[in-house]
Amino acid sequence: MADKIYRVNMNDMSFKIEDVPADWMGLGGRGLTSTIVAAEVDPECHPLGPNNKMVFAPGLLSGTSAANSGRNSLGAKSPLTGGIKESNVGGTIAGIMAKLGVKALIIEGIPEDDSTFYHVHVSKEKVEITAVPELVGKDNYFVLDAMEEKYNKKVAVMTIGRPGEMKMLVSNISVRDPKGKLRSHGRGGLGAVMGSKKIKCITVDAENYKEVTYADSDKFKAASKVFTKALQENPISGEGLPAFGTNVLVNIINEAGGLPTRNFRTGSSENAEAICGETMAENIKERGGSTTHGCHAGCVIQCSQTYNDKEGNYLSSGFEYEMIWAFGANLGINDLDLIAEIDALMDDLGLDAIEMGVCLGLAVDAGILEYGDGKEAFRLIKDELANGTPIGRILGSGTGNLGKIYGLVRVPVVKNQAIPAYEPRAIKGQGVTYVTTPMGADHTAGYAVATNILNSGGYVDPLKKDGQVELARNLQIASAAVDSTGMCIFVAFPALDDPACLPALIDMLNARFGINLSGDDVTNLGKNILKIEHEFNLKAGLSSADDRIPEFMKYEKLPPHDVVWDFTNEEIDEFWNF
Amino acid sequence: MSKSINITLKLFAQYRDDRFKVEQRVYERGTTAQDILDELGISEHRLPLGVLMVNSRHEKEEYVLQDGDIVALFPKVGGG
Repeated sequence: MADKIYRVNMNDMSFKIEDVPADWMGLGGRGLTSTIVAAEVDPECHPLGPNNKMVFAPGLLSGTSAANSGRNSLGAKSPLTGGIKESNVGGTIAGIMAKLGVKALIIEGIPEDDSTFYHVHVSKEKVEITAVPELVGKDNYFVLDAMEEKYNKKVAVMTIGRPGEMKMLVSNISVRDPKGKLRSHGRGGLGAVMGSKKIKCITVDAENYKEVTYADSDKFKAASKVFTKALQENPISGEGLPAFGTNVLVNIINEAGGLPTRNFRTGSSENAEAICGETMAENIKERGGSTTHGCHAGCVIQCSQTYNDKEGNYLSSGFEYEMIWAFGANLGINDLDLIAEIDALMDDLGLDAIEMGVCLGLAVDAGILEYGDGKEAFRLIKDELANGTPIGRILGSGTGNLGKIYGLVRVPVVKNQAIPAYEPRAIKGQGVTYVTTPMGADHTAGYAVATNILNSGGYVDPLKKDGQVELARNLQIASAAVDSTGMCIFVAFPALDDPACLPALIDMLNARFGINLSGDDVTNLGKNILKIEHEFNLKAGLSSADDRIPEFMKYEKLPPHDVVWDFTNEEIDEFWNF
Repeated sequence: MSKSINITLKLFAQYRDDRFKVEQRVYERGTTAQDILDELGISEHRLPLGVLMVNSRHEKEEYVLQDGDIVALFPKVGGG
């Protein structure tokens, strides 16, 4: 049976199963979520009101045997940025939705009776919506346990904790991974959108699906083999990421002077050795645990890990560079174990690690806590934020709002979204992505760090302006296309350096659907997605004046290179000239 | 002018295995980054050189070391 659109209306608790319109047929992942959001959501709507929608879509290759194809996209209007958002995640959801024939799950409306929260269960040709008062006020692992008990260990689960229920802008949507731990639709405050629709959790049945079909399964297998080999033989995806995780970046970004430290005051941290990927890998080796863990089935990179304490007891998993940077360098906590405890707490509550960490780094400027005080950071999250106290609410409203409330000037956000772990003044190509991507400051939208720092896809000097706009544009176009396939963003490393990788990916798409895409078609797909998203933002009231770096970065020199952000507005606005 | 120069060497990721994290070494003036890669066996490492930085700037192997330089050597690494 052909794939369908599952549409759920929370106004009257109804559902419809619709044929896929011809225009949407060739789309998946981000391409589909952004197209549907642009077509159906009023750009001027309040993101937490009845006219916003949540659109979940697996990638075009999700559910297939292709390596690393298990990413799921979620689109909506973001309450944090006020613009369009696509946030993608690993976990088991993408593969299960794809195998069930759910091309997209659209959730619209807000229940008339908002006195409780609801559970939405999607199964073959059916959606059930039930009130779950027993889950209200509970956090993610409690919900996971309840759903595993109700269904089975394989059921796909997406859930929000208390911060999502309270519609906090730092809240995310957590997704069950193959080992029963959590991954996140992290950015843009999408947990608040789910909370506004009074949905506590969404589950997708994993028992009655069919395997996906292939137009040409022999061709698919052959291409898949080439693709997997490219991932495994690449030194980054095949060696560095499995051995050290994403946290391998702490040292190299620090050495390059681009590791934002103490709320973006300098580009190198004295804590780097204490929190780096090498130290993390040593700890894991000594204490048990595992350096390898895939966030979704079929991952051959295995960049995630299981991290234990000194006694060998489980502390956290999915312990990533962004989290460790935000709390280790930017907030100054030099104890990796304490950062892991905060990570586990934030997983359970469902908080955006970047937004929360940068917000707490700014909270030092506000006089709320001291640099390096991890115990107080833990307490503020656990006792204040999670309980919705006034200071908890302020911290839960994100970096930009905290800055406004405390009258602060050095507020590291673009489009009100916190800047991630790469200093835009010292890694200028990445800065161009932060200011131009329709997502707000987002490192994955166009990862210029690869070419500015890591020597992947060539080299463009990170401290100079030359070539950065073109680099960021090309990477954003490619990323928008990759985000539509369901592929993990780390396929970019072999794709940038191994000429066999991208053609194999396109061959898989062609063999799956019986189509004949060329490399140019894929580039055009990426361009169209960016334009659709940009157009939505313009209609929502954003403008080129929002494609700007925080002003302090233009006049405050960043050590050790003593660099400022020196692009003119005209140079930045040239980005959209394609 | 002294014939010798003081260099700080920093190694990262797999290059630390059976070597060191950071060391101060004395070299003759005129030594290049390539000479150090040869000396440390990194030229022969199964993971080829990914990034070479001197004083936090990317440099090429033919770079001629200056007194007080900090040299950082990485295999190809990445994440995000």
